[in-house]
Amino acid sequence: MAAATSTIEERAAEVVEEFELFDDWMGRYEHLIEQGKGLPALPDDYRTEAYQVRGCQSQVWVAAEPTDSGTIRFLADSDALITRGLAALLVRVLDDQPPEAVASSNLAFLDQIGMNEHLSPTRKNGLDAMVRRMKLYAESLAAV
Amino acid sequence: MQPVAPRLATRTFDVEQVRSEFPVLSRRIHDLPLVYLDNAATTQKPLTVLERIDAYYRSENANVHRGVHTLSQEATEAYESVRPTMQAFLGAGSAQEIVFTKGTTDAINVVAGSMSRGYFRKGDEILLTGMEHHSNIVPWQLAAEATGAVVKVVPVDDRGQLDVEAYQALLGPKTRMVAIVHVSNTLGTINPIRQMIADAHSMGIPVLVDGAQAVAHGPVNVQDLDCDFYCMSAHKVFGPTGTGVLYGKAEWLNQLPPYQGGGDMISAVSFERTTYNEIPHKFEAGTPNIAGVIGMGAAIDYLSEFDIADVQRHEHQLVAHATGELEALGGIRLIGTADQKTAVVSFLLDGLHPYDVASVIDRFGVAVRSGHHCTQPLMDQYRIPGTLRASFALYNTLDEVDRLVDAVRRARKFLS
Ligand SMILES: Cc1ncc(COP(=O)(O)O)c(C=O)c1O
Repeated sequence: MAAATSTIEERAAEVVEEFELFDDWMGRYEHLIEQGKGLPALPDDYRTEAYQVRGCQSQVWVAAEPTDSGTIRFLADSDALITRGLAALLVRVLDDQPPEAVASSNLAFLDQIGMNEHLSPTRKNGLDAMVRRMKLYAESLAAV
Repeated sequence: MQPVAPRLATRTFDVEQVRSEFPVLSRRIHDLPLVYLDNAATTQKPLTVLERIDAYYRSENANVHRGVHTLSQEATEAYESVRPTMQAFLGAGSAQEIVFTKGTTDAINVVAGSMSRGYFRKGDEILLTGMEHHSNIVPWQLAAEATGAVVKVVPVDDRGQLDVEAYQALLGPKTRMVAIVHVSNTLGTINPIRQMIADAHSMGIPVLVDGAQAVAHGPVNVQDLDCDFYCMSAHKVFGPTGTGVLYGKAEWLNQLPPYQGGGDMISAVSFERTTYNEIPHKFEAGTPNIAGVIGMGAAIDYLSEFDIADVQRHEHQLVAHATGELEALGGIRLIGTADQKTAVVSFLLDGLHPYDVASVIDRFGVAVRSGHHCTQPLMDQYRIPGTLRASFALYNTLDEVDRLVDAVRRARKFLS
């Protein structure tokens, strides 16, 4: 994961730059799936109904933990490769950031990496719900 | 009203000619010619349907059943002329038995909702099957919740066929209603509904048939089937969305209370007492989807130009080719291998999630559906997250099947 010193915007810009290196969808998809493979395994304790975001098409689990330094740690997984890749990008950008920053983050980078077809709520892959869930976790941590 | 004779085919089936009549089929997706294999979700519309709807709005638009002015009369005539069209299409005994609805879901809700008002009693049983679409499950659950009735389920075997013996055993003195899908949208299974209807009738139990996936792929004759209700959506048979038909035997439609109240469904309203209109209008509250119904008529006219046996033969070829070629790829699990099947091929690739495969296939210009297809109980039974589903219509070609198989092969290579 990126160093905690970089902001959400900086990390998002880095992701966009990476994806710009590919000029076809195959390259972008391969890169996305690779990102998913690098996602740390989700502990079994979190692989439960309570942490599940139900999409119509693929399942997503997402959990959050506060860190000692006051940031928020995200863990996620999905049963589909593409969705797991998208989850990995979200974790990469939002992990270990201050909860306030997560809660107010603008995740437009997802639109800029040529994956927009997976973002629409009608696609029902759970990504949309995953983003909402991550922000919800962050909001409740920020409120403490 | 008089019975209407079924029409005879007026043209021979030529798939290239047919394709040229569906404008959307010439689209390109991701720079490749579109291969549209999601017909079980909705079908594309021929030019005649598009032109009919356009013409209606351009030169005939008025509210129906209300005005004495010429335009309203013309609109009413155009709208009402679709009733005998649908009567002939479904083989109903009378045009009165054709209720226009928003679609299959709405049609089922009309019956289930209406039956909740006095027909179902506590402890009554409503018999469904394990392969029903959510729209033939949830309305009955709502009815059961409202009345204290209970829902029972006919099991489905591993190949996706109903256990007819179990069905017969489940029919009992408490059974008050049977609701079954004619053709499964997920498996393609054609259920033995004629037999099942006869079984239910031998015990005095009415039967509703969800025909959403049947009408575009084979002849349907409700009198011959002797079903009490038959439901369909126009959009799955080359017509517009938001319109469909509930066929109901007149004796049932007369007996059941209205489902929704409003204009058009009444004969006289006062605050003391309102009397309802005759069937079918009793079940058509409010201004209907006039253009939609007229478009549905055009769609049925279009389909009726062909001998449906030619369409069936063509689709059978597509399914056989797709099944054979997919199996030849290896590492494929077919979901739904009933003896009697229509134009649906549901499958999974070993070790791959259907969402991933469908996403990659889309990049090759091939539109298939992935997911549970609104049949979650069936997915739970097979312990799968969903399937990939290729569903065919009369305008699909063997070349398109080859494009599908090639896309599947390439998707697997890419994802593995
Ligand atoms: C078997 C079956 N029943 C019912 C429906 C619901 O049809 P509609 O959404 O047009 O009301 C569908 C459509 O997906 C279906 O396939």
